[in-house]
Amino acid sequence: MSEKGTVVAEKASEMDLVYCRPESLLDVRMHYCPGCGHTTTHKILMEVIDQLNIQEETIGVAPVGCAVLAYEYLNVDMHQAAHGRATAVATGIKAVQPDKYVFTYQGDGDLAAIGTAETIHSANRGENFLIIFINNGIYGMTGGQMAPTTPIGEKTATSPYGRDKKTAGAPIDITNLLAQLPGTFYATRQAVHSANAVRKTKKALIKAFEYQKLDKGLCIVEVVSNCPSGWKLTPYESNEWMKEHMMTIYPLGDIKTPSKEDLLS
Amino acid sequence: MSEVLFMKGNEALAEAAIRAGLDAYFGYPITPQSEILEYLTAQIPKRGGVVLQAESEVAAINMIYGAAGAGSRVMTTTSSPGFSLMQEGISYIASAQLPCLLANVVRGGPGLGTIQPSQGDYFQATKGGGHGDYYMIVLAPSTVQEMADFVYLGFDLADKYRTPVMILADGALGQGMEKVTFPDYDPAARKIAKPWATTGKTPDRERNVITSLYLQPEKMEELNLVLQKKYNTIRQNEILWEEYLTDDAEVLFTAFGLAARIVRKTIQLAREKGIKAGLFRPKTVWPFPYKCLNELAHQVDLIQDIELNAGQMVEDVRLGVEGATPVFFHGRMGGMIPTPEEVLEKMEANLATVRGRNGRPKEDVR
Repeated sequence: MSEKGTVVAEKASEMDLVYCRPESLLDVRMHYCPGCGHTTTHKILMEVIDQLNIQEETIGVAPVGCAVLAYEYLNVDMHQAAHGRATAVATGIKAVQPDKYVFTYQGDGDLAAIGTAETIHSANRGENFLIIFINNGIYGMTGGQMAPTTPIGEKTATSPYGRDKKTAGAPIDITNLLAQLPGTFYATRQAVHSANAVRKTKKALIKAFEYQKLDKGLCIVEVVSNCPSGWKLTPYESNEWMKEHMMTIYPLGDIKTPSKEDLLS
Repeated sequence: MSEVLFMKGNEALAEAAIRAGLDAYFGYPITPQSEILEYLTAQIPKRGGVVLQAESEVAAINMIYGAAGAGSRVMTTTSSPGFSLMQEGISYIASAQLPCLLANVVRGGPGLGTIQPSQGDYFQATKGGGHGDYYMIVLAPSTVQEMADFVYLGFDLADKYRTPVMILADGALGQGMEKVTFPDYDPAARKIAKPWATTGKTPDRERNVITSLYLQPEKMEELNLVLQKKYNTIRQNEILWEEYLTDDAEVLFTAFGLAARIVRKTIQLAREKGIKAGLFRPKTVWPFPYKCLNELAHQVDLIQDIELNAGQMVEDVRLGVEGATPVFFHGRMGGMIPTPEEVLEKMEANLATVRGRNGRPKEDVR
């Protein structure tokens, strides 16, 4: 937080504090581009960890992708994983630290392209951790190449004439795919582009961490997000574009929720 | 010391791992080492710990990365094609300085190759294998007993240096049955504290981060210097080798693992013919015992290196010998194993060349 921000927070604490940086989020400048959904998602993830008071019991896994440096910001024990292998790393951590809360934080290239096998098999084993899946339909870190989630017709650095379904296939809805597996306990798709969406995503994250205590299987919270730099749009335009082109193929809402019986048994 | 058992090398390795306090094993079936996964999936549920059959060797090594980083004593095992798949993960493990034990029960290659024994993965094991500047400590067993003994040693060395340690075996050592005893070993007394592990950030410490990412070149070089310093310490302290009948040897065989067993028989045959032959067998092939070999090289007329490959360790032998005596290589590949007689014949032919067919002094032909 900047000096100015600190002053504001101190002043606020004297009055009715309505908002401050979550304690579990380190007070450092993030590398994310202006308007990027990662920043908001990091913030609400750590708000949830504070709210549930589980900072000491949480171990996170950062991917390769834009969130590769997540461990610079999230003040919990962290692993940085090889590209696509976050859920295998999380499987190893959870196997030997079964009482801890374990989460992976992965992008679409990491989770739905190079790491598909690990993702599917973690879900199929019913691994008891949380996947936070940031779906912005592009490879942001490497400079805006086509992802498996890129919409048809979308121009990227590696689909300069637009994604062609015939050669690149259709965008993959991996969360829906995971929801088909018995090992997946909870699958939901949310966003962070509006105050209302942020509130819903927070609720989903709280649920997912609470479900982890039940030891019932994999939880996945997909966050449909933007990539202003990769999409070459302003933050505002990117959110509008996301609503029109991403949320139509990735509609927001719960995909798989546990039944009352699931929760009680 | 416990009772004498009769076991396959793969089973002995697995049993030793349990007795050495294995917390978690992640593996994928591949011949000729699937008995390890089979043994552990049968035993661990009864004796405590975690055993998980991964979806691939790629997943298995990354599970190892996770569980080792979280502070546990962990192992994976595989055979050649599987070990190739693990290389990226091993590079991460070496860089993040995580202790773990790996075993490659080598089969003939390249490619899908054969399931027969080979030593064709020596380069991969001893020269890094994956990307970047790193080494593993590599233990090369020659008997089923050593398949067990090196497990204890491997776990202890891994913890001591926070580095991956591997056992470089082969299909014959994995599949063959021999006598084995398991030493007294108290894992609780041997396991050391791991304050760097990701066990949950308590208020009394900063968060622990397991990573191999250093975007600033200065920081990346700093990490490399830490690793190189560690490797130099290992080179100074952890070299192991065996000498057999070298005191009066005029001919020295160099061989590791399975090949050394063939050579022992050859030495017996040679000595029956009056040729004073001996064996130099590295037990650690990384770090390689260069200096000890150099000392022996000065006393012999020639060195005959025998391997189950196209000539891999012989490069280290030549580095150690530094031209002090002629070095000859003979090897078989693709799962073929030379007979003691074949090895003797090759050595005698080379000895004749070196000594001269008319008994000229060896200096004349150098």
